[in-house]
Order: sequence, then structure tokens, then C-alpha cells
Amino acid sequence: MTELLVLAALGGVAVCTGVLVFVVDSMARATFSLLASFLATGAALLVMDLAYLGLLTILMMTIEMAIMAVFMIMLMMNPAGLVPMTMVHNTTGSAVVGAAAFVLLTVGVWTTDWPDRPGPPPDDATAQVGEAVMGDYMLVMILVGVVLLATMVAGIALATHRGRYDRFGPDLDRRAPDDPVRGGLPR
Amino acid sequence: MTETTWTSPWAGLAVAGVAVLLGLVLASLDALVRGAPAPGGRPVLRAVTPLRAGARLLLERRRTTLAPDRLLRTVALVATPVLALLSAAVLPFGGRSVVSTSADLVWFNAAEALLWAAVWLLGWGPNAVHPLVGAYRFLAQGLAYELPLMFAIITVGVGAGSLRATDVVAAQADGNWFLWTMPVAFVVFLLGAAAFAFWGPFRAPAGADLAGGVLAEVSGVDRLLVQVGRAVFLGVAAATAAAWFLGGQDGPVLPGPVWYALKTLAVMALLVGVGRRWPVVRPERFADVAWVVLLPATILQSAVAAVLVLGGFYR
Repeated sequence: MTELLVLAALGGVAVCTGVLVFVVDSMARATFSLLASFLATGAALLVMDLAYLGLLTILMMTIEMAIMAVFMIMLMMNPAGLVPMTMVHNTTGSAVVGAAAFVLLTVGVWTTDWPDRPGPPPDDATAQVGEAVMGDYMLVMILVGVVLLATMVAGIALATHRGRYDRFGPDLDRRAPDDPVRGGLPR
Repeated sequence: MTETTWTSPWAGLAVAGVAVLLGLVLASLDALVRGAPAPGGRPVLRAVTPLRAGARLLLERRRTTLAPDRLLRTVALVATPVLALLSAAVLPFGGRSVVSTSADLVWFNAAEALLWAAVWLLGWGPNAVHPLVGAYRFLAQGLAYELPLMFAIITVGVGAGSLRATDVVAAQADGNWFLWTMPVAFVVFLLGAAAFAFWGPFRAPAGADLAGGVLAEVSGVDRLLVQVGRAVFLGVAAATAAAWFLGGQDGPVLPGPVWYALKTLAVMALLVGVGRRWPVVRPERFADVAWVVLLPATILQSAVAAVLVLGGFYR
């Protein structure tokens, strides 16, 4: 019973802070409301005894939001984001999409005939997650990993305005690359 | 399955006390090595400099800036010491810890990763230039240290065959310390600890060239909270390194807790002794070294540990 109440409270926090993202008027507050929402979700997973998944959610989302803050503030209209600004665009359209997705997921959660647990809960849920992901789905994981890596490399290659000719000269014969920011290794 | 959690309600308080003590010991060692101003011209008293500085901060009047983001600043100030104490929750003492899940190593990692948010907010909160630049420096530094640190932690998990802190200590019984087979992970773990506490050579986010960076506009009790948080985090990281790489309480003749304390002190001495002799490393230089040298080295290290596991070397 207590567990259910805590879960409900964490769910409430996750939804409320999620709504706050669109209410507050600063990029920093929007970003960290979203992080608070994810942290509540991670804590909910912890309450469900899914330690690894919960902690991983907290860990990844924190780093993700921090990096997102960098990019959002870098790319938006007012420098450093110190001037209050609205966090919503295309209000009607996004409200419709959001409401539809919420209804769809909620209906799905409540109407699905969830199976009962066949045995006792495992001693080590983390090991079970590992076996589930790395056992039968190993090939899929390897493929997805390579596709993700290729996407990242391609994304960086498309986004950067300096190619190898800028770095190593027109004949690619420069010994040390000519970079605006020098690295820490002697090259 | 043996019980691995302290059930007494006092355990949490006791471990929080131990964590603060670890922070204090680290700060004292740091003051000794750094050659902090000696009270009354007596160098022995250098060790109490952190206490004096803390007391002074308690009495100091708090400064504030024009139009700060009060909410986010408060979150950052509270988060730093709270995260440091949370990271101590998975410290294994005598086969138990305050929090014992099947993913303790990820718990420590998550507590430390939340510093990304806390330190950035610390720089954002005051609405001033120098702290904000310091905050971005910290994120740049984070991009450098985080992945090698994660691989170092993963290596420990691979060697122990479990992510539970008490299992990690148990796997190193009878002198089979992970340090012998995972020296690279040990060094990278300590580098990462210094970097996430932005201390020693990695203090660029709070650097003197930035007029104090993220710490430029925090004063009084606020500053005390942040500084205590940093010291406790680093102290707990030293104890964690002693448990994860040096076998915690494992050792002959002397009782376990004494061994644990000695190892923690040794790690602190190593950290402070080496860390205070290095110049400040600029984040962009560290990023280059981290991605080109440290990351491949830690991946190789975890591969070595994995091969040793397959060969039945551990246990």
C-alpha cells in the first residue's frame, strides 16, 4: 500500500514537473523541470525494485539534460538565455498531439491484459536485465550499436564546417592539424 | 542470501558522520600539502585551516547578485552536499552498506553524474559571467572524464561479477585486490574523482583565472555547503577506491576497520600528494587526452578483466 502511494506521488511529480516545462519562462528552468520529471520516473523505477534501470535513467537523463542545456542556450535567440521567453510554439498542434499520445498510452496501460508473474521475484534483477538484453538480443544490440555509432560520426561530419583539407592543408601534407583549439597531446 | 543492508535507523546518520569526517580528513591533508597559511606561524596547525575557514564562512555575511535565479541557485547549493552524502550510502562497511541494491556501482556513478546538473546550476544561478563560464568549463570537463570513469567502474563490476558494493569487496578477499589486475581503472577512477570534485589539477571550473568561476559569487553559508560537498565527495571517493580496488577491510593481523582506514588514508595521501603537484589542466586539453589515451586504455583494461574472468582468475 505504502509502495503504491509513493509510486503515485512520484508519478504525480513526474507529470507536474513535465507540465512545468511549458509553463516556466526560462530555458534553464524548462531544462531542469524536465530533468526533475525524469528523476521522478527513475525514482519510481527504484521503488519497483528495478535498481539498475532506475539508476541508469537518472544517470543518463542528468547528463543528457546538461548537454541539452548547453545546446539550447547556445542556439536560441537571446544570448545566455537570461531574458524571459516563451517555451511553446505551435500551441494548438502540440497540445493535440500531446493529449492524443497521453490518451493512447493511458488506454493502453489500463486495457492491456498484463500477465501474472510466473515465479518468485529474482534475487538480482540487474543480472536478469543483462541476460535479457545480452542473451537472445545480442545480435540486435550489436547492429543497433554500430548504426548509432555511424549516425553519430555522420552527424558530426555533416555538422562541422571544417573538413580535413582545412585541418591538414589542400594537399593533406601538414604534419600537425591546424585547429582553432589545440588539444592536450603533442601532435 | 545474506543480509547486506544496515537495518538500524542510526546507520544512515553514522555513515553520514563518517562521510563528513572523510571530507574533513581530506581537506586537512590538502591544506598540509598545499602549504595553506599556517595559523600563528606554526606549520603543524595547517591541518586545522579547513575548520577555521569553515567557521569563518559561517560568520560571513552572504552576498547576492542582481536578479539571481534563486530557486535554481538553492537547488544547486543543497544538491552538492546531499549528493556527496548519497554517494557514501553505498560505502561497504563490514559486509553491509546503508543502501544495498543490485546496482550499487551505478548508484555511485549516478550520484556523481548528478553533479553535472548541480555544478551547472551553481554557475547559472547568480546571473553573472564568471560563474557561468565556470559552469560551461565543468560540462566540458565532464565530457572528458565521464566516459573513462564509467569504464573504470564497469571494470570493477566485471571483475566482481556483480554491481553490489559488498560483493565487490567479497570478491577481493585474501589479497586478491583488484588493484593488481586493474591499475589503469584505479588511476582513472582517482582522476575522475578529482575531476568531478573540480579539485587539484581539474579546478579550472573554479579557477583563479576566472575570479573563482562557479564559486565566484557564492559566499557565507552557501559557500560552506558547496566546499563541504566537494570535500566530502572526494573523501568518499577515496574510501570507495579503497573498497573497490584495495579490498576494503581485507588484510592480515590488524582488524578489518583499521585496514580500511589505513587504505583510505593511503589513497587520500596519493590523491593529494600527486594532485597538488600538478598544474591546472585546461578542459580542452584534458578532453583530448581523455578521449585519445584514457578511453582506449580503460576499454582495454575492462577487456583484460573480462578475459581474466573467462579464465577463472577471480575467485
